[in-house]
Amino acid sequence: MSAHKTALLSALTTALLASASLQAAEPLKAVGAGEGQLDIVAWPGYIERGESDKAYDWVTGFEKETGCKVNVKTAATSDEMVSLMAKGGYDLVTASGDASLRLIVGKRVQPINTSLIPNWKNIDPRLKDAPWYVVGQQTYGTPYQWGPNVLMYNTNVFKTAPTSWNVLFDAQNLPDGKPNKGRVQAYDGPIYIADAALYLKSTKPELGIQNPYELTETQYKAVLELLRAQQPLIHRYWHDTTVQMSDFKNEGVVASSAWPYQVNGLQNEKQPIASTIPKEGATGWADTTMLHSEAKHPNCAYKWMDWSLQPKVQGDVAAWFGSLPAVPAACKESELLGAEGCKTNGFDQFEKIAFWKTPQAEGGKFVPYSRWTQDYIAIMGGR
Amino acid sequence: MSLALSHPPMRRFSNLLYRKPNLYLAMLLVPPLIWFGAIYLGSLLTLLWQGFYTFDDFTMAVTPDLTLANFAALFQPSNFDIIVRTLSMAIVVSIASAVVAFPIAYYMARYTTGKTKAFFYIAVMMPMWASYIVKAYAWTLLLAKGGVAQWFVQHLGLEPVLQFVLGIPGVGGSTLSTSHLGRFMVFVYIWLPFMILPIQASLERLPPSLLQASADLGAKPRQTFMQVILPLSIPGIAAGSIFTFSLTLGDFIVPQLVGPPGYFVGGMVYAQQGAIGNMPMAAAFTLVPIVLIAVYLSIVKRLGAFDAL
Repeated sequence: MSAHKTALLSALTTALLASASLQAAEPLKAVGAGEGQLDIVAWPGYIERGESDKAYDWVTGFEKETGCKVNVKTAATSDEMVSLMAKGGYDLVTASGDASLRLIVGKRVQPINTSLIPNWKNIDPRLKDAPWYVVGQQTYGTPYQWGPNVLMYNTNVFKTAPTSWNVLFDAQNLPDGKPNKGRVQAYDGPIYIADAALYLKSTKPELGIQNPYELTETQYKAVLELLRAQQPLIHRYWHDTTVQMSDFKNEGVVASSAWPYQVNGLQNEKQPIASTIPKEGATGWADTTMLHSEAKHPNCAYKWMDWSLQPKVQGDVAAWFGSLPAVPAACKESELLGAEGCKTNGFDQFEKIAFWKTPQAEGGKFVPYSRWTQDYIAIMGGR
Repeated sequence: MSLALSHPPMRRFSNLLYRKPNLYLAMLLVPPLIWFGAIYLGSLLTLLWQGFYTFDDFTMAVTPDLTLANFAALFQPSNFDIIVRTLSMAIVVSIASAVVAFPIAYYMARYTTGKTKAFFYIAVMMPMWASYIVKAYAWTLLLAKGGVAQWFVQHLGLEPVLQFVLGIPGVGGSTLSTSHLGRFMVFVYIWLPFMILPIQASLERLPPSLLQASADLGAKPRQTFMQVILPLSIPGIAAGSIFTFSLTLGDFIVPQLVGPPGYFVGGMVYAQQGAIGNMPMAAAFTLVPIVLIAVYLSIVKRLGAFDAL
């Protein structure tokens, strides 16, 4: 029966895929005059027009040059982005890897014609053809920024940087002699299962984990076991950067997975905080500017995608957000980022990063994202 | 008369309405009822109906094949945990709110007049003017290890007591702001006005002559309280508890900001429909508070809560 079912399913999938490629809109052949308007869904801080800080403005110049008035709708989570794009009415979205495949599979975004984007040549070769935005040899958007999920720690407790994620995963005494129980945090999102998988990839090679986003049942079971053992150690599962920063300042939390954003923020406040990428590597995010399949202002959208790949714009965004540019030349072109900015944010760590990608079943081989969500909820609840 | 002659159709119309009062009533009521029925009940029923749809783990798509699997899944241990966690918090918060609110309400109803009364009203309602999220965030700071609450505990030399309390399973947690106790305190703080006002209203209605009669017949203050005041204020307490109970049951912001890991029903609904797009499971979870509150309302109805609202 199961063979029968599999055959049926694969036939169905093929049929679906075939019809999908037939339906997909033809990419633009040439960029015409701008439509005068552009609506973007973006992470807060991604599209700045100098309103937060005069020096950080990469929108005004674009509007002057192209006549496209930019409207930004900020979204706080990947899920919000997916649902905004599903609602429609937007041209572009800065989608992270845990949203991009959902957008592509859901046909919310369309492939782009990279030859219409002169600055495409600037892109970091390491980001070209990455699986989170290139599907079936179609390119769905332009890379925007990327960054690692670092291990943030308190330098008063760790005189030297911790070398392994085990300070978060295994019960132990930290260098100050006190246990880590109740003093570490983990991310409040099912995608954190990949962090645990990445840790097991090097600490338990016998499991044979290749890719932390493609876990077989046995591997998945071992990962969940690790996370279950971690649960009693956790002070709080964080998802709100403000709360996490306050926890490091006021709550005695000394180590956690975090984004460079919190590290920069706390260091600016002169807190004893530093970050590292342990020997097991780290997960990370890479965001892509994607074009809505029913974009009303495609010409302006293409103009923006090209604009956003300028070294200076890329460098300024990276400086503001604590992220890394998708264009290597940006490391030198932005005064705001400074000469050392790229290095500080982790530009050379690319190889160590397993970038966020929505886990998919791929014909039943791997455990899909919906199960990740359900199981992670259960683990956070102590099951 | 001349006016009526110049507008005979209007006149006939108003005569018609006068002769058929039911028609008049129907014209008044039908628009709001359509609004209520279609917009409110209609959307609610559509939502619940989605609970019978099938969510395919494999494609992560929702198909309209009817199934009871989602409702059965509510009884899986990890999901049932969420329900029990939410329900027990709602019950404890309601009881504690009643205990804290009663003396305040009693004082307001019996001992204040004029300006003092106005002051109390404003004092009780003022927290409701501030944004709820700001208050919840503020509490994360108050309860933090370097925060005000901890400072008092330290200076009063109560740290061992706090550590002991935090060590009790089901009450404690690793710190005050990540403990069940902390979450409970925030809930009680935020919903307290909703409890004070109905109790106060029910105590206002209590005739002073009853208290005098009780005293005349030789009852001690304690007896008067237990046998006259408390029974007569039960409807008010029950009415207030409807608010505290249902608000706690549906809340998803406080559990996110304060307290130990683990979802409440509200957070679970949000995660199911937002993160995975599992609308059927989210819909099934929505049924939980509806059922719990229906049961609760039928209990407090017997206590006369609806007379005190």
